[in-house]
Amino acid sequence: MGLLSKKDAALITDPFADNNPITIQVLGICSALAITAELKASIVMAVSVLFVLGIGNVVISLMRNIIPSKIRIIVQLIVVATLVIIVDLVLKAFQYELSKTLGAFIGLIITNCIIMGRFEAFALANGPWKSFLDGIGNAVGYGVILIIVGFFRELLGSGTLLGFKVLGDPIEKTGLYSIGYENNGFMLLAPMALIVVGIIIWIQRSRNEALIEDN
Amino acid sequence: MGLKQNLHNLKEKYKGTKMAPAFNAIHTFLYLPNETTHGGTHIKAADDLKRTMNTVIMAMVPCLIFGMFNAGFQHNVAVNGNFASGMSFFSGDFWNFGNLLIGAAKILPLVIISYGVGLGVEFIFAIIKGHEVEEGYLVTGMLVPLIVPVDTPLWMLSVAVIFGVVIGKEVFGGTGMNILNPALTIRAFLFFAYPTWMSGDKVWVTGAVETAGTADAISGETVLGSLAQGKEIVYSAWDMFVGFIPGSVGETSTLLILLGGLFLIFSKIGSWRIMLSATLGALAMGLIFNQIADAGIITESSKFYSLMNTPFWHHLLIGGFAFGAVYMATDPVTASQTNKGKWIYGFLIGFISIMIRVFNPAYPEGVMLAILLMNVFAPTIDHYVVQGNVKRRKKRLKAKTA
Repeated sequence: MGLLSKKDAALITDPFADNNPITIQVLGICSALAITAELKASIVMAVSVLFVLGIGNVVISLMRNIIPSKIRIIVQLIVVATLVIIVDLVLKAFQYELSKTLGAFIGLIITNCIIMGRFEAFALANGPWKSFLDGIGNAVGYGVILIIVGFFRELLGSGTLLGFKVLGDPIEKTGLYSIGYENNGFMLLAPMALIVVGIIIWIQRSRNEALIEDN
Repeated sequence: MGLKQNLHNLKEKYKGTKMAPAFNAIHTFLYLPNETTHGGTHIKAADDLKRTMNTVIMAMVPCLIFGMFNAGFQHNVAVNGNFASGMSFFSGDFWNFGNLLIGAAKILPLVIISYGVGLGVEFIFAIIKGHEVEEGYLVTGMLVPLIVPVDTPLWMLSVAVIFGVVIGKEVFGGTGMNILNPALTIRAFLFFAYPTWMSGDKVWVTGAVETAGTADAISGETVLGSLAQGKEIVYSAWDMFVGFIPGSVGETSTLLILLGGLFLIFSKIGSWRIMLSATLGALAMGLIFNQIADAGIITESSKFYSLMNTPFWHHLLIGGFAFGAVYMATDPVTASQTNKGKWIYGFLIGFISIMIRVFNPAYPEGVMLAILLMNVFAPTIDHYVVQGNVKRRKKRLKAKTA
């Protein structure tokens, strides 16, 4: 990559795989369980977090030398809240139905541990460009897991992808349903999201032995 | 040189190869391995894991055979509509070849799929992880066909068995390490994934799903299902006791479960403490609900009334409670280990089963959820029992030395 130095590139690629916020750091699980029943919601959530974390990291990084450390959490919260409100209003304006399904979870991006975690751990100590890359990297790492989970949950739970009936119609019994296949209702419940995330962690760890802790 | 010696030679030959665990499993399944422990203390005991498992399976075989006859019997009753309440247990209307044929055709595939898929997963894991195949699935494989509705599609059962064995058992480290009872994990998965196949009035009698909506439509509701909807039940307590009622394959006959339970108690495999305390817990909750209904706190207009007003001892006869308490709650891996803990564990299973059964019409049978819940709490119960014991002995020591 000519555009980025090796160190900068690692900021983007590390959280994508071996330092993934969900599967390795186990942050942001709450939203990963709550909104991944549909692929579309997962994508929108991923993009929202990408926006909030990318911009937020830059803003915090620019202000890092003037924020009094005693009130830094409050300052960070104000920055996130502002960005989240922007996302929320944009969604309400252009994707009203979706914003209703996502409901409180867009608002709850404020409390997403990944965002506060990156502000605290990275943006407060690094320059804006690096912070931006770090924010993008972490948000993409988060979004990828969300999309994988959302893909399997929607496909197996409702037999659709992005609302299209890819497996046939469950009521008219066409496609796969004509040979007796049925949707797995468990996939639509939050516990199954946890199990899917667990399986992703399992696969990731068995492919990369370095991630396995001694105990 | 017999087959046994041949197998042993082959085992030596394949030692250390990838397939060795799978091969050894077949070998030890058929014969006692002809090798002994070297060095150290020898303790000779006849009841190894394999024998324990086989004893439990033997205790379940009567339920399985009864389940086959009952599946055919319920089908014929639903088609002809001639149910005679209060039949004797040895009635020829029940124990005839026609019934067995219908039932066996439905239930044997369930047994085969359950064992085939489950053992397949166990073998794969043993080969990947390089350990011996454990006998843990033998009982689970028999339990699974007994606790599902007779018309469960085979592919659903396979998916559920894979899920239950992998997520319920192997991820925790295999046999003996699981937190939740694998058979109940499988059933819970089926219940939440495919609720239309696991509840309602269509799944308990074979053939009801295919004929739904046609002129020949038949249906058969479980006693719990009817009670939850406040309908009259046509079965007498005797019918429920001997098991001539619709339900999951092997759980209808309280009589045979009772005999199986006694067999487990006398062969010292199952814990009588858990069985007895679960029964007491169920009776206690049943009595409380009876009192509430009698006192008029819940009136007949309430949707809970008919279940609450059921005589408390009927709760032991209907639904899967007896089966769960005898065969599932006593699973030595997931139950409490301490004697006092077993009393608490069993009592709460009975108590919570009846509570879920009455209060949550969406989950007509509470015993599955109650046992799974208490499985999770069993280590906690044990911890406090042990700590309590430690504290008491410390106090005693202090009093002595002071």
